[in-house]
Amino acid sequence: MTVLVDKNSKIIIQGFTGKMGSFHADEMIKYGSNVVGGVTPGKGGSKHLDLPVFNTVKDAVNETGADASILFVPPAFAADSAMEAADAGIKICVAIVDGIPSHDMIRIKRYMRRYTKSSKMTLVGPNCAGIISPGKSMLGIMPGHIYKEGRIGIISRSGTLGYEAAQQLKNLNIGVSTSVGIGGDPINGSSFRDIIEKFEIDDETDAILMIGEIGGPQEVAAGEFAKENMKKPVIAYIAGLTAPKGRVMGHAGAIVSAYGESAIEKVEILKECGITISKNPSVMGDTVKSVLEKM
Amino acid sequence: MDIHEYQAKKILSNFGVTIPRGGIVYSPENAENKAREIGGSRWVVKAQIHSGARGKAGGIIVCNTPLEVAQATDKLLGKKLVTNQTGPEGKIVNRIYIEEATDIEKELYLGLVFDRSSESIMVVASTEGGMSVEEISKEKPETIIRSKIEVAVGMQNFQARELAFGLGIEPDLIRRASDTIIGCYKAFSELDATMVEVNPLVISKQKQILALDCKMSFDNNAMFRRSQVSELRDKTQEDSKEIFASDRGLNYVSLDGNIGNIINGAGLAMASMDMIKLAGGAPANFLDVGGGATPEKIVKAFKLVTMDEKVKVILVNIFAGINRCDWVAEGIVDALKKIEIKVPLVIRLAGTNVEKGNKILKESKINYIEANTLEDAANKAVAALNK
Repeated sequence: MTVLVDKNSKIIIQGFTGKMGSFHADEMIKYGSNVVGGVTPGKGGSKHLDLPVFNTVKDAVNETGADASILFVPPAFAADSAMEAADAGIKICVAIVDGIPSHDMIRIKRYMRRYTKSSKMTLVGPNCAGIISPGKSMLGIMPGHIYKEGRIGIISRSGTLGYEAAQQLKNLNIGVSTSVGIGGDPINGSSFRDIIEKFEIDDETDAILMIGEIGGPQEVAAGEFAKENMKKPVIAYIAGLTAPKGRVMGHAGAIVSAYGESAIEKVEILKECGITISKNPSVMGDTVKSVLEKM
Repeated sequence: MDIHEYQAKKILSNFGVTIPRGGIVYSPENAENKAREIGGSRWVVKAQIHSGARGKAGGIIVCNTPLEVAQATDKLLGKKLVTNQTGPEGKIVNRIYIEEATDIEKELYLGLVFDRSSESIMVVASTEGGMSVEEISKEKPETIIRSKIEVAVGMQNFQARELAFGLGIEPDLIRRASDTIIGCYKAFSELDATMVEVNPLVISKQKQILALDCKMSFDNNAMFRRSQVSELRDKTQEDSKEIFASDRGLNYVSLDGNIGNIINGAGLAMASMDMIKLAGGAPANFLDVGGGATPEKIVKAFKLVTMDEKVKVILVNIFAGINRCDWVAEGIVDALKKIEIKVPLVIRLAGTNVEKGNKILKESKINYIEANTLEDAANKAVAALNK
């Protein structure tokens, strides 16, 4: 299996005919992703990029058999679009958009509780770079060519820091099975723990690189999960050693407001969980390499 | 986004929370009249700045006559108040809130925040009002009681009652206390707040439950649908460079060091700051021009960083994806035609078309130091500083 997306994933673009949606749909198609159409309410029945446009996600799913979607709708409408995707039977939805209100994110997550585990959509993001399984499919906005095919799973809050990691790995001739950007917001669709659990059972992944940052409990929760439940090695880097307390560092979620949320505290807790720490961001690749050599 | 105490009080009183009588003034004469209008025999003059711990910094003065109220106002207006939360530069006092003094019997703590673990709204209360919540959790953690609220159905009366009884409030006042707690919850959930803090929430000798000091913060991402809240923004309380940045779609935080940063992506920006520190330097700012790093944003970023007189070296670190390095390099060359840089400049490009990007920089006549990796960039920035 592949984590979250593969060659067979049928992708629709929500917010298809907008500038962002069009641009990135084209990039995804060029990468080889199986984009089957898109949704723009009111433009159903037309064609865009030679692909069908639908009024609703349900129509798109019924007509194309789509099971994956990516959102390029403005923040004010993003919660609505994500819930529409969940209800239409989409299995994996990536929200790229930055700026969704936190109250809306809580609403989405409550809404999703109505579905049983087997029929529940996985939401990734918002405010993220998306997902790529190199050589198979890209459901995101990353530069596909910096990812070499391979067996390392990457989970990152930050987009560009995730790119940095993929590039460092590529320079060491190490490839990536899947890279997932979970986004920089305080409340997000999938946590580090949610994704790390998927990598543990993925037979195409040997080790996981987790790129976290200051703020929130998710890195620690993933560390505790790894300690109890994981056999595969986890390597982590936590950004924000120099970030001042109580300030938001770009990402809405990157703010230290409680014990265990600073970079130093997270690193200490993760070490206790048996996770190998990349001591600075320029040795993420080297740290993965040294862990692989010991395996 | 933060607002002033008096603004938060006005909002909470609209949700049924009782507040002491008071009014906002902008001059000593105004203050004296306001004190007479409020009536009573004792008043509190409160400097309105976006910070807690104002009392310890001399920003809150108790007065016994309207004349004293005028004098206290005169003393505070226009002054920079330095608290343990403002940083050494302090915050300017442009507005004064005059309030009737309250005879306090008991001080309580009430706070509402997002709980990121349970993804719900958490109400936190304690019998130890007047101390900061950090102090309470360190010194009297046993006094803290919490209640998680299901956002789908909102706060229920029983939850508010449990908190009120948990605070040891006498039976006659339970109804009033739970209405106060629910009022704060409604304000939080209906206005896209990220924090409501009433500290202290007091029981007066006259058996009233009053919000004596309060603070509210709001989700910047929700301001598009909260125009009445966004009008409460007071830019005099914000760092001028941070306002310049936010007005131009840049994420900027002013810091104490002397290496200015221009970076795309918040995570990469934090990582670059960490590398600077490890190399023995200190960042002057956090600056994220956005993952896309368009040439327009880069021009704005150079303007912003050069506004800061502390900056002795500028470090540009761009990992280009869809926005290719050649495009970014043209943006940098263009920016440097418009803006004169008097300090050493270190540039590290990576990602799509990096060779083309570096070639464009080399062939332009800009004076810069090329770096290849994150570590190389940080080391060269610190070395340039020491030259």
